[in-house]
Amino acid sequence: MNPLRPLGAAFLNFLEAAGRLTLFALNGLSHCFRPPFYPRLIGRQMIDIGYYSLPVVGLTTLFAGMVLALQSYTGFARFSAEGAIPNVVVLSLTRELGPVLAGLMIAGRIGAAMAAEIGTMRVTEQIDALETLSTNPFKYLVAPRLIAGTTMMPLLVLIGDVIGVFGGYLVSVYKLGFNQITYIQNTWNFLEFQDVFSGLVKAAVFGLLVALMGCYHGYNSRGGAQGVGTATTNAVVSASILILIANYMITELFFAQ
Amino acid sequence: MTRTATAPVQASPKIAMRNVKKAFGSKVVLDGFDLDVMPGESVVIIGGSGTGKSVSLKCILGLLNPDSGEIDIDGQPILGLSKQDRDAVNAKIGMLFQNAALFDSISVWENVAFTLVQGEGMARSKARDIAMEKLGQVGLSAEIGERNPAQLSGGMRKRVGLARAIAGDPDIIFFDEPTTGLDPIMGHIIDKLIVKCVREVGATALTITHDMASARRIADRVTMLYKGKNIWTDRIEKLDSSGNPYVHQFVNGLAEGPIDLPILKN
Ligand SMILES: Nc1ncnc2c1ncn2[C@@H]1O[C@H](COP(=O)(O)OP(=O)(O)OP(=O)(O)O)[C@@H](O)[C@H]1O
Ligand SMILES: [Mg+2]
Repeated sequence: MNPLRPLGAAFLNFLEAAGRLTLFALNGLSHCFRPPFYPRLIGRQMIDIGYYSLPVVGLTTLFAGMVLALQSYTGFARFSAEGAIPNVVVLSLTRELGPVLAGLMIAGRIGAAMAAEIGTMRVTEQIDALETLSTNPFKYLVAPRLIAGTTMMPLLVLIGDVIGVFGGYLVSVYKLGFNQITYIQNTWNFLEFQDVFSGLVKAAVFGLLVALMGCYHGYNSRGGAQGVGTATTNAVVSASILILIANYMITELFFAQ
Repeated sequence: MTRTATAPVQASPKIAMRNVKKAFGSKVVLDGFDLDVMPGESVVIIGGSGTGKSVSLKCILGLLNPDSGEIDIDGQPILGLSKQDRDAVNAKIGMLFQNAALFDSISVWENVAFTLVQGEGMARSKARDIAMEKLGQVGLSAEIGERNPAQLSGGMRKRVGLARAIAGDPDIIFFDEPTTGLDPIMGHIIDKLIVKCVREVGATALTITHDMASARRIADRVTMLYKGKNIWTDRIEKLDSSGNPYVHQFVNGLAEGPIDLPILKN
């Protein structure tokens, strides 16, 4: 047998999956802009993603901010650059850690839940039932989740940024002996609009990716409980990987000169 | 000219299936399914477990794509319709799924009112009243209407599914084993409801059942599916005098007969 064959087959499979995913995404996105809309469903998803994820995202970014302050202190003290800590904390958080950590947490929390719910609906014929009731599953199930994911993630990340900066402040002021006023001033002075903005763009893209992966894997799940389990795992893993790849690409877009 | 009583004009079938074939991989399930259902008629499909009865309904609904053959509804070929036209056809059809397939993220009455609210844009309070009335017709109280589908018994779920299927007063109704899992009295009540839908509302019904007593109550005509083909289709009165050994064995539930069973005989 030709040794290149499995390689070619894998490549073709990959192309096929990418094509199917692209079609799925375009179909889902197009329904976000065409009526009828389901405000009730969009609202429910928004609360689920935006409100109920606050504790998880808040805790994650709080400790991220705290550990950033501590780590940069131990590092920077070697060449007496402790003054840069507020900048390091706020820049790392808004540009990178806020969106990425929140994205990964949301992938675990929301992506998994979406894949499990839609997957269960698929294997129990609820999606078939939707179609017989003249309701397009893309409109009813996919579009509200995409809309909620894309709009709620930037909000979550913005709140997470603030909480993370507060974490850095706590450690710097109460443990490392920083002056409160100077810390806050330094945080503000070095922060540029683009730092926060790029982070929010990332957040929106990550939110879309998580919702898309959750819906895609759930929608295409097959074969009972095991199939739903596989779909859930795939949704989380693929969303996490895509988040890290997209993170690099967006950073390149914003900051590479 | 004096009016004379003439035989009714031969109407064209509501649902026409011609030589429909469907295989999953190498497993052939439907191998030339042929059936005409006239407007206002109630046809029952019988046949062994796993012979493709549910698959045949799913082909009509567009949930599965037949490999070949033709399906017409109201004279319009429906295979290969665009998504939009397909939705328009499905709006005429109500379906009770074998496993009820209730939406478990919404309450029972919202399930029943689904087409009214989502499809017809009816106000929720009005749709709720209609849903409660339909639930009453299948013997479920308003209190049950407020519950979540996951809290119901199997037979109750089936009845909610039935209420959902008929809530939009569809032209065509498919029932996949409507009385399975119901007690005999409730089964009888459901049969009456199906007959009422056909006789009074004028719907066309296609029902799958393993319950011969129920079939005798609701059917105008019966078709038996065996090895992917309709081996016998005739009026319900002929069920016991079909002269077809397969039908005879099936209807009487005989262990001995011509039907191939994938059970090792020893
Ligand atoms: N989505 C599917 N993929 C693969 N095979 C399927 C699928 N749906 C049904 N089948 C197969 O098609 C055959 C017919 O299934 P169907 O559900 O129509 O049976 P049925 O006649 O309704 O039986 P029952 O009376 O037990 O409900 C079965 O052998 C089943 O394994
Ligand atoms: Mg079946």
